[in-house]
Amino acid sequence: MDLKIRRDENGNPRKSPLSLQLNLSKFNASMFEKATEEEKRQQDVMSESTTFFKDGMRKLFKNPLAVGSIIVLGLILIIIIFAPLFVPYSYEEILSVNGVRDKGAKNLAPFTYSKMEQQYIEAGGTRFPHIFGTDEQCRDYFIRVVYGTRVSLVVGFFASIIVLIIGMLYGSISGYLGGKVDLIMMRIVDIIYSLPDMLIIILLSVVLQSILQFKPGSFLDSLGTNMISLFIVFGLLYWVGMARLIRGQILSIKQNEYILASKSIGAPTGMIIRRHILPNCISVIIISTALQIPSAIFTESYLSFVGLGVQAPMPSLGSLANSARGGLQSYPYKLLFPALTICLIVLSFNLLGDGLRDAFDPKLKR
Amino acid sequence: MNTPLIEVRNLKQYFPIKTGLFKTELLKAVDDVSFSIDAGETLGLVGESGCGKTTVGRTLLHLYEPTAGEVLFEGEPVTKDNLPKMRQKMQMVFQDPYSSLDPRMTVEDIIGEPLDVHKLFENKKERRDKILYLMNLVGLNAEHATRYAHEFSGGQRQRIGIARALAVNPKFIVCDEPVSALDVSIQAQVINMFEDLQVKLGVAYLFIAHDLLVVHHISNRIAVMYLGKIVETGTADDVNYTSIHPYTQSLMSAVPIPDPDYTRQRKRIVLQGDVPSPLHMPSGCPFRTRCRFACDKCAEAMPPLTDRGGGHQVACWVK
Ligand SMILES: Nc1ncnc2c1ncn2[C@@H]1O[C@H](COP(=O)(O)OP(=O)(O)OP(=O)(O)O)[C@@H](O)[C@H]1O
Ligand SMILES: [Mg+2]
Repeated sequence: MDLKIRRDENGNPRKSPLSLQLNLSKFNASMFEKATEEEKRQQDVMSESTTFFKDGMRKLFKNPLAVGSIIVLGLILIIIIFAPLFVPYSYEEILSVNGVRDKGAKNLAPFTYSKMEQQYIEAGGTRFPHIFGTDEQCRDYFIRVVYGTRVSLVVGFFASIIVLIIGMLYGSISGYLGGKVDLIMMRIVDIIYSLPDMLIIILLSVVLQSILQFKPGSFLDSLGTNMISLFIVFGLLYWVGMARLIRGQILSIKQNEYILASKSIGAPTGMIIRRHILPNCISVIIISTALQIPSAIFTESYLSFVGLGVQAPMPSLGSLANSARGGLQSYPYKLLFPALTICLIVLSFNLLGDGLRDAFDPKLKR
Repeated sequence: MNTPLIEVRNLKQYFPIKTGLFKTELLKAVDDVSFSIDAGETLGLVGESGCGKTTVGRTLLHLYEPTAGEVLFEGEPVTKDNLPKMRQKMQMVFQDPYSSLDPRMTVEDIIGEPLDVHKLFENKKERRDKILYLMNLVGLNAEHATRYAHEFSGGQRQRIGIARALAVNPKFIVCDEPVSALDVSIQAQVINMFEDLQVKLGVAYLFIAHDLLVVHHISNRIAVMYLGKIVETGTADDVNYTSIHPYTQSLMSAVPIPDPDYTRQRKRIVLQGDVPSPLHMPSGCPFRTRCRFACDKCAEAMPPLTDRGGGHQVACWVK
C-alpha cells in the first residue's frame, strides 16, 4: 500500500479536521522567538552540585535517629569532660567533713546528705549534692560513674583504633595484591577467627599479670594488666573482622572500570590506590569503626563485670555494675546508673553507625 | 606500502579458569586475531555478546598481558618498556559510562587525570584551560567542571569518558561499545560526535559494537568475530551487502530495516542451537555446530581467512 500524504498549497501536510495536532500551516519561523541562554540552562536537569562529604552529612542530619544519638553522645562527652571540674570529689576519695571521715555517708540515695553533712550545712557550710548518691565505701557515686564512662569510652576508642590500623593494613594488602598472597593471608584470618577470644583474654591476663610490671602510679599501672591484655587481645584477634571487610571492599572496587580506565591512562599503582581506591572505601572504614567502638565497650564491660577488667579503685562501667550486684535489692539505682550509661553509649554508637552507612552509601542515593 | 597505524599480529588471550578443585582449563577468549588500522580510519568490530570483542580491545592496549602475538604501533612493537609512552598514543572509551567514571571525582579531575599522569601542563591555569577546551570539544558545558560524575546522565557521562581519552591527544582510540548503554536518541548524538572528532583530530578508531547498523554507519572497514576468531573482514559495504560467511549472513538478516515490503520479502536466517561454551570449543571451525552448510571438512580444521577480492576476507571452507 502506498501512503499518499495530502498536502495543502504551502506543501505542509494537511490536517484532518478531527486531529488534535497543531495546525502547522498557521505558523511560520518569524513567529517563534529563540530561547535565551538562561532558558536553555533551565532545561538542564541536574541535581545541585555537592561534594560527596557534604551530601553525606546533609543526609545524616536528616536522619532523626542519627541526630538523636549525636546529641546523646555529645551530652555524655560534655559531662565526662567537665563534671570533674566542678564536682569537688574525686573517684577514689572517701568522703570526709572538715577532715573528719564521714562514716555515715554510706550507700546514700541520690540527692541526700549524711547526718554529718546535714549538721555541716546547718552550721552554714555548703556541700555539693551527691547526684547519684554514694557507694558502700562512702565515695561519691556520680563521679565514679563519670570516671567509669571515661575509662569505657577510652578503651572503646583505642581498641577500635588498634583494630582499624591492623585490619586496614592487612585487608588492603590482601585485597590489592589478590591471587596467592590473598589466599594465604585470608586462611590466616580464618584460623584467627576460630580462636576462642574470651579464653585467650583470660589466659593472657593471667600470664601478663606475672610478667608485666609498671611504674607504680603511672597511667598504665592504674589501668591494670587486665586492660593491657584486653588491648593486646584486640590487637591480636579482633582486627580480622575489619581486615575481611576492607579486603572485600577493595576487591569490589578493583572490579570497577574506572580502575581499568586509570590503568589505560598509564597511572602508576600508587596513584590508583591514592586517587581511586582509598577515597572509595573511606566511608566503609569510618562506618565500621563507629560500629566497632560499642562492641569494644561491650567487651570491656563484660570483662570488668566478670572481674577481669580495670584494676580497683579505677572504676569502669562494667566493674561498677558488678559491685552494684551485692546490694541489688536495697540499692537498685546503683546498678541502674552504669547499666543505663552503657546502654545509651552502645545504642547511640550503633544508631550513629547505621545512620552513617545510610548516608554515605553511594548506592542508596536519596 | 606505508606502515599502518596499528597492526595486530596473531593476538591470543587465554584466561585460565578453575573448573575443578585442582583443574584449570584455558578459556580462549581471543584466538589468533590479526588486523590492521590506518591513521584516521575506523575499523568496526562486531559479534554477539561474549565473543571476545572487549578482550580484543583490552589486550590490544595491554590492559591484559597478551598470551601470544604482538601489537605494533606505527611499526614499533608495544612492549612493557615503552608502554608508558604508548599509553599517550592509544586510549580507550569504555562500555559502561556508569562504572568507568569514579563517583568520588569531579569532572575536572576525571578529565585532568591523564594530564596529571603525563604532566602535560606547566601551571594550574594551563591545566584548567586544557580541561575546558576538552569539555568544549565533546559538547560539555564549562560550568559543569566542578560537578560530580554521578550527577550526569548516561550520554553526558560518555562524553566525559571521551574527553578523558582525548586528553593525551591520542592517535588511536578503542571505543568499546560506547553507545550500547545509551538510549537511541542519545546514541545518534554520540556517534555523530565520534565522527566529528575524527574529522577534526584525525584519530583512528577500533569501534566495537554489536549493532550492525551503527557499525556500518561509522566504519570504513568491518571485522566480524565469532567465539574469539575473526570470520569475515572487508570494507563496510562488502561485509554489509555482499556478506559471504554464513554467520555474517545470519547477523545481517536479523538487522531491522524500516521498510515493510523488504522485510516481508527477505528470509530471516535463524541460527540453530546455542553458542558453544568458550571452554569447550568445537573442533575445526567454531561456527560449524550452528552452520547450515557444515560438512566434514569443517570439523577437521579451522578455515583460514582467504581473500575473495578487494581485501574482502572470509574464513569458511564451504562458501
Ligand atoms: N578477566 C577475565 N577472566 C576470565 N574470563 C574472561 C575475562 N574477561 C572476559 N572473559 C571471558 O572471555 C569471553 C569474552 O568476553 P568479552 O567481555 O571480551 O566479550 P564481549 O564480546 O565484549 O561481550 P559483550 O558484547 O557482552 O561485551 C567471555 O566468555 C568471558 O567470560
Ligand atoms: Mg564487551
